[in-house]
Amino acid sequence: MENLGNGLVFGLATLGPGIGLGMLIGKAIESMARQPEAAGMVRTTMFIGIAVVEALALLGFVLAFAI
Amino acid sequence: MSAILAAAEWGGEFEGALDDIGKLFRFPPLSFLPSIEVAGIDLSINRTILIAWLMTLVAATVMYAAFRSPKVVPGRMQAIGEMIIGFVESIAVDIIGHKHGRRYVPLLTTFFVFILFMNLAKLTPFLMLPPTSRIAFPLFLAGITWLTYIGSGIKEQGFVHYFKELAFPPGVPKPLYVLLTPIELISGLVLRPFTLMLRLFANMVAGHILVVITLVTIHVFLPSTPVGWTVGVFALIASPLVFAFELLIIGLQAYIFTMLSAVYISSSVEPAH
Repeated sequence: MENLGNGLVFGLATLGPGIGLGMLIGKAIESMARQPEAAGMVRTTMFIGIAVVEALALLGFVLAFAI
Repeated sequence: MSAILAAAEWGGEFEGALDDIGKLFRFPPLSFLPSIEVAGIDLSINRTILIAWLMTLVAATVMYAAFRSPKVVPGRMQAIGEMIIGFVESIAVDIIGHKHGRRYVPLLTTFFVFILFMNLAKLTPFLMLPPTSRIAFPLFLAGITWLTYIGSGIKEQGFVHYFKELAFPPGVPKPLYVLLTPIELISGLVLRPFTLMLRLFANMVAGHILVVITLVTIHVFLPSTPVGWTVGVFALIASPLVFAFELLIIGLQAYIFTMLSAVYISSSVEPAH
């Protein structure tokens, strides 16, 4: 039962960041395709955004084992 | 690991084999070496440390062979070394800028090569364990990044100015600072190195578990009953895909770590960001 809870915590914690990452990377690719000359800047900003969004999923990963 | 391999040797007793995932990562100290203990912390040499030393040696040898006698027309090893350094240099110059970027290339190259080779131990035959899946390695790497970006922020902007910019980002209405200052301080000083550490660690742990489960599934199910045989064949077909995926993750994590270190350094070197 406890293992099931651990799995559920991480599984639920990935839902939000999953949606967020999809939107973020999709938009970034869209803007790169529209303006290839700005690709470097977009890529950098995209990785910063990914780092922030992914932090939530990683917190879920830790909490799944901590609880 | 021993429990799983024992289960595999018996021919398919999976009951309880994966109960303690920690057994895949914790190895006992080597018996023929004296055990070292400093201030209650066990510093004995075990398999993980040996793998880390071996991969460090390999990385050092590769880089030494690349730049032992640099020539104008690079040989094969030198071309590989220059490719790695050129790649990291392009990250540093793109993100930190022309003025300061080149100073951080040695540090970032060290990060990239170290993490890449440590992660490659995950798919090296007879090693099959990334030392970065133990928390100590990501912890110290993220700690170095943390010290570097705070240190360079203090050096470039001055102690008071750096922490003032960090806590009170300019261009925000005054009342919002009640909300913004705690968030900025926690994200800038705690969450950044924490997630940097955790990203590498979690990816390596998950990858190692995935590889072990794939290989154990082949080992256990292939020589069993006809029904189990189908599962084994499926795992056998899936294993190259799993390995290719892990190879992608290995490179990506080394790249992301280097890149985010550069981003954090640039945010303290150039306050405008």
